[in-house]
Order: sequence, then C-alpha cells, then structure tokens
Amino acid sequence: MFSTALTWSDLAFLAQGAGMTLAVTAVSVAAGTVLGILFGIIRFQFGPYWSAPLTFALDIFRSVPLLIQLVLGNALQSIAKMGWPPFTTSCVVLSLYTAAYCTEIVRGGIDSVPVNTRRAARSLGMSWWQDMRYIVAPLAIRVSLPSWIGLTLGVMKDSALVLWLGLIELLRASQILVTRLQEPLFILLLCGAIYFVISLPIARFGRYLEERWSPND
Amino acid sequence: MIEIENVHKSFGPLEVLKGIDLTVKKGEVVTIIGGSGSGKSTLLTCINGLETIASGRVVIDGTDVHAKGTDLNKLRQKVGIVFQQWNAFPHLTVLENVMLAPRKVLGLSKEKAEEIAVKQLTHVGLAEKLGVYPNRMSGGQQQRMAIARALAMSPTYMLFDEVTSALDPMLVGEVLDTLRMLASEGMTMICVTHEMKFAREVSDRVAFFHQGIMAEIAPPEQLFDAPQHTETKKFLAATH
Ligand SMILES: Nc1ncnc2c1ncn2[C@@H]1O[C@H](COP(=O)(O)OP(=O)(O)OP(=O)(O)O)[C@@H](O)[C@H]1O
Ligand SMILES: [Mg+2]
Repeated sequence: MFSTALTWSDLAFLAQGAGMTLAVTAVSVAAGTVLGILFGIIRFQFGPYWSAPLTFALDIFRSVPLLIQLVLGNALQSIAKMGWPPFTTSCVVLSLYTAAYCTEIVRGGIDSVPVNTRRAARSLGMSWWQDMRYIVAPLAIRVSLPSWIGLTLGVMKDSALVLWLGLIELLRASQILVTRLQEPLFILLLCGAIYFVISLPIARFGRYLEERWSPND
Repeated sequence: MIEIENVHKSFGPLEVLKGIDLTVKKGEVVTIIGGSGSGKSTLLTCINGLETIASGRVVIDGTDVHAKGTDLNKLRQKVGIVFQQWNAFPHLTVLENVMLAPRKVLGLSKEKAEEIAVKQLTHVGLAEKLGVYPNRMSGGQQQRMAIARALAMSPTYMLFDEVTSALDPMLVGEVLDTLRMLASEGMTMICVTHEMKFAREVSDRVAFFHQGIMAEIAPPEQLFDAPQHTETKKFLAATH
C-alpha cells in the first residue's frame, strides 16, 4: 500500500508556498498589465520612431533570462541602498518582465482595431479618450485576451525563479520537503498538481470570456 | 453653410487636392463624381477635420475647421459622415451602435438616447434589427445602420462617401432610397457617388473631380447632358 511521511503541517507548508507564488504572480501581473497598457498605448500612439527608446528597453527585459534579471535587480537595489525585502525586489523585476511582454500584446490589440472603425467613432464627435474607452478597449481586449492569459500562466510558472532571492514559494517549498523526506517523485507530482489547480481557474475564466464574446465577432 | 476655399492637400509628395473651391448652402444636395484617386474622399475627410489641409480654408457655419482652437469633436456633431467601408462597431448591437454617441458625446440619458436611436433606425427601415449584432446583417443593412448612427446626432450636414460601392448590386437600391429620402427631407448633403442616375435625380449641383481639381460644377441636366470640360466628357462617355 502507498505510504508517505508527508504530514499535515508539510501540506500547510506547501500551501504557504503556493500562497507566495500566487501573491508574487498577482502583484506582478497586475502591475505589469497596468504598465503594459500604458507602454502599449505609447508605442501605438507615437509610432516606431519616437517610441524606439522604450521598445529598446522593453526588448532587454524580454531577451535577458529572468534569473539574471532577478539577481541583477537584487544586486542593484542593494547597491542603491533601497533596502527592499526579497518580495518587493521580486515583484518589481517580475512586473517589468511582465510589462515588456504585455506591451506587445496591448500594441497588437490596438493595432487590430480597423482604422475605419476608429474614424467612424471620431466622426461622431467622440474624443480620443472616448474612442479608446468605448471602441478600442473592448475590441482590443477581445483580441488580446488569449495572449494575456498565456502570459499570466507563464509568469506564474516563471515566478518560481524568485526562490533564488530566498523567497519560499511553491517550488522552493517542494524542494525543501524533497530534501527532508526523500520522496522526490511524490512531492514533485503534488507540486505540479498544485500549479495545475491554481492555473485552471485562470484558463477557464479566459475561455469563458472568449466564448461569451465570440458570437458577436 | 459649408465654405471650401482654395483647399490644398498633399500626402507626402503627392498633391491630392490642388485648390478646391466649393460652397454648399443649407438644404442643398451636391454630388461629387470623378475618377479613382481624384481626391473625392480626401475632400470629405478634410471637411470634417479627419485630415489636415496644407492651405486654404474650410468654414462651417462660420467656424474654421482647421483653425487652431477649433473644437473638432463639437464641430463633428453637426457634420455626419458615412464611409464606403461599412464600419459598424462590431461589439455593440445595432441599437447600441446608434445610441453610443448620443449618450457619450451629447450626454443624453439612456432613455432619451434609445428613443432617438429607435426613431432613426425605424426611419431607415431597421426597426426589426435593434438587438442584432452588425455581423448578422447584410452590407446594405449595415450601411443603413451607419446612416442612422450619423443621423442620431441630429447633424446639420451629411457627407456620404460612395456608400453603395462596396455593396452587392441587389442591395444598392435600398441604400440609395434612404439617401433619396434624406434629400427630399431637406438635409444638406455632399455625396460622392458612382451612381450617375442617382446623382442626376437628387442633386442640385454635380461636381466633377479630375486629378485633384474640381474641373466642372453645374446643375445635373447641364453637367450630364452638356458637359463643358473635355475630361468630364471623357469620364461620362466611359461610365455610360
Ligand atoms: N492616407 C493616405 N496616405 C497616402 N496617400 C493617400 C491617403 N489617402 C489617399 N491617398 C491618395 O490620395 C489620392 C486621392 O485619394 P482619394 O481617396 O481622395 O481618391 P478618390 O477620389 O476618393 O478615389 P476613389 O474613387 O478610388 O475612392 C490617391 O492617389 C490616394 O492613393
Ligand atoms: Mg474614395
């Protein structure tokens, strides 16, 4: 019969790790999305030439491995004597990383709204802002949603790297248990299952929205 | 009154409008005909300030459209425009398409905006389609919706840019009938069109554009039956 040394308190420890994963992901995705929307609008509005410096900066965040960004970010904040705890540093770095990807998603979404549709809105006397709010946003969100869900799930998995700054998130918590209990397969399976369970609602919610909108497109 | 004075407009090195003069009085219907690329659409977008101009003036009821301090959003409320490509807001129902601008731009209550929208949609024969999404309608119905959407802002002037040329021949009639109805109600209109028969019927004056110049403008009988300009003659011969 199957037996394990895993106790309830070990499970609680894993749950705490999952909580940390969720917290880092939620903060980073929220902040990264806000920044991404801002940068995406800037990129669209100012065109490739004027937004080149921004694009360049974001390209760095997209191409340098996240682990290096985290370690460098942590080093920088300590050199600059910011005194950030690892959680703050992790969230700041992950937010910028998320923003870099989100910017492209947002720009692509805005780009997908036909110029003529927007001209029609402006011709009715709508301001730039009203056009953005009532025409561009709803249409761009429909187009961008699948990529954004993908980004969120990706960031959740990538957030495991914050363990390098000493945060005990889900993967780190599992590692600690593996070392102590010497049951790697079972514990990693459990860890994977927890990742799956917390991803599921996000993926489901995305699919729900897509289905709700699709009949009108 | 729309006064267009010596308007020049270029896209990069290409001069698209080379000094257009045209005055359209209240209640007048002016149609614009001419070859592809002659600047007809560009003129319409310059009238409502969607495009800037290089020089000249467009004055609508005393307001200089392209002057610095002009509130274009306000000005556009009285100049409706309908384009060749159907551009419904695809995420909104027909009723919502028409209600949006009255609510958000004019600040009307939901009830009032809905009342106006239903009235305008009924006017163009779409009373049955209020809850339908635009992609479930034919091109002709979408164009009529676009007309109702513009009319819901109670514009003083309406600009139509080849509103039938992307439609199946079968559907052209219903849209032209809507335009005829508007003309007969006294709406001030500038219509760019390829429908010569329609132009002859509804117009007070017909303008012929050729390579960025208004080569000729005259009442329809004169322009169609006794054109003065050689290019007009050529164009009419080719379209008949
Ligand atoms: N946004 C733009 N950028 C660059 N060139 C443009 C732009 N819009 C129009 N043009 C050019 O300006 C010229 C006039 O275009 P316009 O659309 O006004 O012609 P038109 O008379 O409406 O023709 P059609 O009958 O084909 O609609 C064309 O050569 C066109 O290629
Ligand atoms: Mg045109």
